[in-house]
Amino acid sequence: MRAPDPAAQKPVAPDNAASKPRIATVSLAGCFGCHMSLLDIDERLFTLFDIVEFDRSPLTDIKHCAACDVGLIEGGLCNAENVHVLREFRARCKVVVAVGACAINGGLPAQRNALDIGQILLDVYQHRPGLATGSSVPNDPELPLPLARVHAIHDVVHIDHFLPGCPPSADAIWAFLTTLLADGAPKLGRENLHYD
Amino acid sequence: MNYFTLDGLEVPFEEGDTLMSAARREGHYVPHLCWHPRLGQSGACRVCTVKVNGRLAAACTTRASADQMVENRTTELDAKRRLLLQMLFVEGNHFCPGCEKSGDCLLQATAYEMGMTGPRFEEFYPDRPLDASHPDTWIDFDRCILCKLCVRASTEIDHKNVFAIGGHGIDTHLVVDSPSGKLVDSRFSADDFAAGVCPVGAILPKRRGFVIPIHERRFDRAPVAEESWLENDASTRESTDDTGGHDEGA
Repeated sequence: MRAPDPAAQKPVAPDNAASKPRIATVSLAGCFGCHMSLLDIDERLFTLFDIVEFDRSPLTDIKHCAACDVGLIEGGLCNAENVHVLREFRARCKVVVAVGACAINGGLPAQRNALDIGQILLDVYQHRPGLATGSSVPNDPELPLPLARVHAIHDVVHIDHFLPGCPPSADAIWAFLTTLLADGAPKLGRENLHYD
Repeated sequence: MNYFTLDGLEVPFEEGDTLMSAARREGHYVPHLCWHPRLGQSGACRVCTVKVNGRLAAACTTRASADQMVENRTTELDAKRRLLLQMLFVEGNHFCPGCEKSGDCLLQATAYEMGMTGPRFEEFYPDRPLDASHPDTWIDFDRCILCKLCVRASTEIDHKNVFAIGGHGIDTHLVVDSPSGKLVDSRFSADDFAAGVCPVGAILPKRRGFVIPIHERRFDRAPVAEESWLENDASTRESTDDTGGHDEGA
């Protein structure tokens, strides 16, 4: 028999992280507006921090997901890295939520879908008036390649729930999260359901 | 007086009534996009599909008759309506945050009412050219849901036949009757009934887009199901009624 882990013998603190649902959040091809709206729940953030543990998120600066209960995805897919990150969330989060217009239908970034991405890059980085001589399309190997078209995230992975809005209001996010955490069935209420 | 039952409630009807016209007169909400009290039947959108004595039928084209048992707002039918709406949403470019009609849009309001939160299908992202040729009105064909309200309004009330539906299948599209195909060269006027009848953001007045702020508009104030018959009858957009003198928008 193994010696008992000293850490395991500590009295369980009320805010024991291991017993709380873990939430991961990310902004893909979004504007961070949905994350700002999450911060807009104001003093309810304290309650939220009491009942959940944040994993990978711009709020924690953790770079990769551990096993999580909920993954909140802001933004659609505009480049290869977005797809990679989304797949990591799907692999490690039990419940994946599309948060906001861009995650749900591509949103504003998808308004470029009628245009040719190669031509856009040339227009912006090479042909635009006022550029330095010799300017060219950035081609560093560390830069993720843009996709030909922006995609909604449900095009690539299964999405369990959608939380619409641009952004969803703080009240919508609060109503959604608290009902999701309570019984796994998020309820927005008509007053919180907006696509704009 | 003859009656049919709608979700268990007795609804009186007159000879010639459809299920929709009789139900709306009594203040009952049957979800719809392509129906208008002043215009002839179309049956284009199928969102008003109800069950009549157990069979699916469009409420806007089905004659009312005595002793019909009509199911309307059941979980099953609302789920079918949600599916129709999800198909309509991905077929067009219905990017609500960027649309002047948001909050005043029957497609959006009906989707709220049906509890639609997400798209389910892949987006088409159509790319049809705008028609901004007319000085007072512009058309975004990417938002047209082919409901034919403008077609019927222009034919039946304005007597101008400005609009028609052309093409077949996936290529079905709204066309404008003018030598150039542009609205400016047609007999269309911003005073036409057809100018204010579009349920979505396809046919819009210029320079009025944000006179009423987002989240203070018609369906932000009251859900579509709670609108009274008279409000529904007044088909004009609120944003055109209120003369704010602003110059934002298209």
